[in-house]
Amino acid sequence: MTEHDTPRELTIVSLFPREMNIYGDSGNVRAIERRAAAHGFAPRVVAVNAAAEFPERADILVGGGGQDSGQGRVAAELAALAPRLRELAAAGAPMLMICGMYQLFGHRFVTHTGEELAGIGVLDVETRGSGERLIGNVVVESPDFGEIIGYENHSGHTFLGPAARPLGRVTLGAGNDPDSGAEGARVGNVIGSYLHGSLLPKNPALTDFLVGTAAERRYGAFVPAAIDDATAERARASAKRRPR
Amino acid sequence: MRDFVTVLIGKTVRMAARLRGGGSALPGLVVERIDPGFLARSLAHLPHGVVAVSGTNGKTTTTKMIVEMLEASGLRVFTNKTGSNFSRGVVAAVIQEGNLRGRLDADIAVLELDEAHAVHFVAKVKPRITLLLNVLRDQLDRFGEIDTTARLLQVIADATTETLVVNREDALVRAIGERALAPGGSGLGVRMFGLSEELLATFPSDADLLGAGDAPAPALPDADVTLVGVGDHAGTFVMDGERYETSLQLEGLYNTFNAAAALSLVRVVLGAGGGAPLDPERNAGLVAALATVRPAFGRGERLTLDGVSLDLVLVKNPSGFRLALASFPPEGVDCMIAINDNYADGRDMSWLWDVDFASLAPAGVDTVAGVRAWDMALRLEFDGVPVAAVEEDLSAALAGFRERTGAQPRRIYCTYTAMLALRKELATLTEVEDIW
Repeated sequence: MTEHDTPRELTIVSLFPREMNIYGDSGNVRAIERRAAAHGFAPRVVAVNAAAEFPERADILVGGGGQDSGQGRVAAELAALAPRLRELAAAGAPMLMICGMYQLFGHRFVTHTGEELAGIGVLDVETRGSGERLIGNVVVESPDFGEIIGYENHSGHTFLGPAARPLGRVTLGAGNDPDSGAEGARVGNVIGSYLHGSLLPKNPALTDFLVGTAAERRYGAFVPAAIDDATAERARASAKRRPR
Repeated sequence: MRDFVTVLIGKTVRMAARLRGGGSALPGLVVERIDPGFLARSLAHLPHGVVAVSGTNGKTTTTKMIVEMLEASGLRVFTNKTGSNFSRGVVAAVIQEGNLRGRLDADIAVLELDEAHAVHFVAKVKPRITLLLNVLRDQLDRFGEIDTTARLLQVIADATTETLVVNREDALVRAIGERALAPGGSGLGVRMFGLSEELLATFPSDADLLGAGDAPAPALPDADVTLVGVGDHAGTFVMDGERYETSLQLEGLYNTFNAAAALSLVRVVLGAGGGAPLDPERNAGLVAALATVRPAFGRGERLTLDGVSLDLVLVKNPSGFRLALASFPPEGVDCMIAINDNYADGRDMSWLWDVDFASLAPAGVDTVAGVRAWDMALRLEFDGVPVAAVEEDLSAALAGFRERTGAQPRRIYCTYTAMLALRKELATLTEVEDIW
């Protein structure tokens, strides 16, 4: 029996699902799991709610959004993981961080009241809290992933440094802040975004990027399987027709 | 004189609006403009004062239970039963039901208050007793975050003059009660309603969803009314150390728990707020009244179509949907799900990802409908639930659902505006209770 006959494992690390899972972000983990299996891998999901739970091997990392109150507690645990996460990011591990975790993957988050929450600086961005909440449907045109469809609900405004480039430009909605027209950030294979809803089930191109990148890093190559995305395509089309 | 003029204008606007065929809140809007103090003056005459019911889930049905139990106890009750639960809806109801001096022929007002609008309402009218049901993830796109909703409920609690009745099993709501009791707190009377330990597991909360359920449970204060048993259209409650078992016409586990909330609130009204036990006969009388309460519109409403029953189940947030799925067995029923994303539904579809639909997999779903039918279909695909048809247009979806099914009872889970549209459509096909 060759190595190829046993399903090849991919470890998906779900960061702080207990605190950072308020806008249905669990759907992202489900989407990666399902997609990885459809491409012939054996996905294994590891939930990390404390730094000590971080596994030996991490092929794909995912994080979600949370309440402001949860974010402070997570920031402390995340700081303990920072060296490991920076190392993984530098080595090219694919990561997707939504909303609150996107903010904490940046340099800092300065709240509306002037309180500063340190991030881990994997993404060259910083966030300032504001009294203005950006809420509604979003359509993004991304050079890497085509059209991305989602929903945003955040009061933090995020600004990109020179080492980060936006995930895309909004054609509907606000994105990182009310003015720049940019949504999300990408540094290497680390993606940050404000889109939840959940993001990945309706955006299989992004899911394939995460799975494919992880597969190439771990097994040297990624040969995508043909997957029927008809339902996701219809859901994208309906969402795109909706007003802000 | 002022009341008279205000009422006259209000009644005239109401008549005009009705002639044009609509606008239940319009007279309220007009009166609020011309006489902002009208509502407070008119409610101030009520001998038993004002009861406010707020929280994210179950306000309408709980208010209905309270009203019917109080009426069974011999009180004349004013309520905003149209579901117009904003301040102007209450004004409109006073205009409609009051006499020309704006006086209500009632002993007590029981008002359902939408948590955001309640803040404006309590600035004008101070409730004597407030019931806080829960803070669930509902319409986060309106209120931002759960913590924000909890703060809104705190404002209502702060405006209350006598007693708070709070859900012991909802940490955010319980905290509002505990703050009132704490040294330096408001000193309001606090009553709690709760669940027995065995039932806690049956009622998944948002906190469990977020994983907080792993933490050891804190020691909880005693509850005034405890729900200790649930069955098919049945509940068992413990009050003053006695067990009371009853059948219920209300659908769903969550309504059975809300019945505990309503019982506790009514006991405060009847017990003059002092916390003294009621004699067993009065408790039994309340439970008997509870047994006759029928569901409020769209809240587990049962119609008959093509000779078989059709249940309409309103779902508007993940906890509600999860509880509905846990309440209604999927076997032997043909199922449709209708999801819209208009303002009143909540614009954000992410909540569908916080509901586990796997229990629908064996029986499948016949029709998925509504503006966000394809989001729902995608969600069901993830949980391996087979779907016969996906149709965004509600009329077409309902027609298809009728064609393919009818051999057994039907059930439609629907969001708020989808329910309104379906009821309208169904009213042309069968008997549907008029809601206004």
